[in-house]
Amino acid sequence: MKIQIRNGRVVDPASGVDRVADIFIAKGHIVGIGNAPHGFETSGSLDASGCIVCPGLVDLSARLREPGYEYRATLESEMAAAAAGGITSLACPPDTDPPLDEPGLVEMLKHRARQPGFAHVYPVGALTLRLAGERLTEMAELAEAGCIAFGQANTAIVDTQVLARAMQYAATFGFPVWLQPQDPFLARMGVAHDGEVATRLGLAGIPVAAETIALATILQLARESGAQIHLTRISSASGLEMVAAARRSGIAATCDVAIHHLHLCDHDIAYFNPHARLDPPLRAQTDRDALRRGLADGTINALCSDHTPVDDDAKQVPFDEAEPGATGLELLLPLTLKWAAEMKLSLPQALARVTCDPAKILGIPAGSLKVGAPADVCVFDPQAFFKVSRETLKSQGKNTPFLGLELPGRVRATLIDGHLAYDGSWGE
Amino acid sequence: MRNPQLNAQGELQHLLTTEGLPREILTAILDTAEPFTEVAEREVKKLPLLRGKSVFNLFFENSTRTRTTFEIAAKRLSADVINLNINTSSATKGESLLDTVDNLAAMQADMFVVRHASSGAPHLIAEHLANTGKDHIRVINAGDGRHAHPTQGLLDMYTIRHYKRDFTGLTVAIVGDVLHSRVARSQIHALTTLGVPEIRVIAPKTLLPSCVERLGVRVCYDIHEGLRGVDVVMMLRLQNERMQGALLASPQEYFKSFGLTPERMALAKPDAIVMHPGPMNRGVEIDSAVADGPHAVILPQVTFGIAVRMAVMSMLGGAK
Repeated sequence: MKIQIRNGRVVDPASGVDRVADIFIAKGHIVGIGNAPHGFETSGSLDASGCIVCPGLVDLSARLREPGYEYRATLESEMAAAAAGGITSLACPPDTDPPLDEPGLVEMLKHRARQPGFAHVYPVGALTLRLAGERLTEMAELAEAGCIAFGQANTAIVDTQVLARAMQYAATFGFPVWLQPQDPFLARMGVAHDGEVATRLGLAGIPVAAETIALATILQLARESGAQIHLTRISSASGLEMVAAARRSGIAATCDVAIHHLHLCDHDIAYFNPHARLDPPLRAQTDRDALRRGLADGTINALCSDHTPVDDDAKQVPFDEAEPGATGLELLLPLTLKWAAEMKLSLPQALARVTCDPAKILGIPAGSLKVGAPADVCVFDPQAFFKVSRETLKSQGKNTPFLGLELPGRVRATLIDGHLAYDGSWGE
Repeated sequence: MRNPQLNAQGELQHLLTTEGLPREILTAILDTAEPFTEVAEREVKKLPLLRGKSVFNLFFENSTRTRTTFEIAAKRLSADVINLNINTSSATKGESLLDTVDNLAAMQADMFVVRHASSGAPHLIAEHLANTGKDHIRVINAGDGRHAHPTQGLLDMYTIRHYKRDFTGLTVAIVGDVLHSRVARSQIHALTTLGVPEIRVIAPKTLLPSCVERLGVRVCYDIHEGLRGVDVVMMLRLQNERMQGALLASPQEYFKSFGLTPERMALAKPDAIVMHPGPMNRGVEIDSAVADGPHAVILPQVTFGIAVRMAVMSMLGGAK
């Protein structure tokens, strides 16, 4: 299959390309930009006039809910959502049931996901067995099965000695360690940012210190173990400042932020909106502003959807009983564009945070439109707005605090390895 | 976003919290309660205002006292009262909160009086009723988690107005476990809305929620400083389980540091009143000499509580 994407504005942050050009695809790879390679014969073409043609998005956190939570989502439903969101590569956290702590599970997941039109799936293996924070997993085996990093999802390792050893062990093999910084004691029972809103609503708070104390521990152990650390879902200005300071002192830690924390703050809980029950909690407006700047200046390396489909039954309960998390695959691109517009960033600057930058963290050959790269491509109309609604979301999870919002950026087509994975009302 | 307890005309639709209610509505509730206090003095203690209406007392958390006062209030208004004590442990195993609500709504309920251990549960119910076309059913919050206990807050306002007449020159102290107290939050919002110029909260740091001063109060860690010159002392109940979880050292030390004693009451204005939402822990937060002393208005609070609950029910039940 040879495909030509015509007349689009090609934006490839990795190579600095930003011009109207045709893209030529053959055998699942990009074979030419601007000029057709010698002897290229188109067997299919897409008209991308007025659209942006960029690398398929790379999402650092998407829960696919398999195995174990198939009532919340399935690989089929979430892969359709990913394609509709222009996402072509994604990392999935290990908090499945059972957790990804055993090579067989990882192999099965990789096998199930290896279908045409499905995004490339990169499992993050469990750092400890059952994520219990007691015994190490067989990381070398898990890496062979396909894990690209090791982490604990949202579950902290309580025992600092276990954490230290897990990091040392991972560092032995050069495996990256992904950790969400939150002290489990300070976060105990907490459901919202410990501030004015939680006080007014009578919700148990999680102080910023829960993040900064965990960060101090992790960063100190990273320095001593030499482990390559990626910090997931930074939520506070103070936390961000610690990451920046650690980096200045020579610790090569990367970090990401979720779309929710980039756009919302604790005030968005409003009247106990269970969709705003997130982990980590939405913090104060000043925190959100710092995260927005941090992502723009590169202190935060990547933006992710933190996609967490939750069934209605687990959300239609009082706020403190609601399961944390929000669906996000289909909102990653629109919310990147919204952030870019509000921060007056150029498209290449903004798209880098959801393409080449997260690809670098994953260490995968994705997130670029260079000749020779896999043909993972997203074509979207930046001027087309749509309203987020339960009906428009393809994910089985309809749980998002952005319901009802008008967002820019409709995906017109998503190609994965040169296959048309999503065809969004082309020529509408 | 519209305040979920008001309808499009700005009238009270549900009573979920004292926060965000206009002063006119708070005052209207207190004014409406006024004549109801006399009903209790009559031989026939009944008014026909809610005749034919069904009030469901939906208690997901145990409470005898509050449930009883709501029951009395509803019965004095001639409503049919159905009491449901729903053990939360069985609720988690079985029916969901909203399934319960749907079932009771199908039984032609007119009003839900809800107590729940989770903050925001009455909001959830009110929103669900609106979403399912059942917004003729009124919701009264009888206490949700740490969030609100608006009828308690209002009966406290009634009590203050009864003894002090005017809110705008008062200094009010709230003493005790503000962190876990829905009563304190409802009191603070009502007091600020009604124009009380100085509200002090007196508690150790472990029993104060973060940024509490943003609710419009002054924080005092020293009870002597906090009580000096006050017109009203509002005591909060200290639950015994607070001694666990590293919030306090011992009941003895708490009483020594924050207990309301006659000596400390002497710092307040001579005509100051002492209130308590009950049940009291004598010797832990309050000395018996104060609880039974000349400043205490704790029993009148209970009486006024029925009138205030009648007022709220009649205003909601009478609304279109």
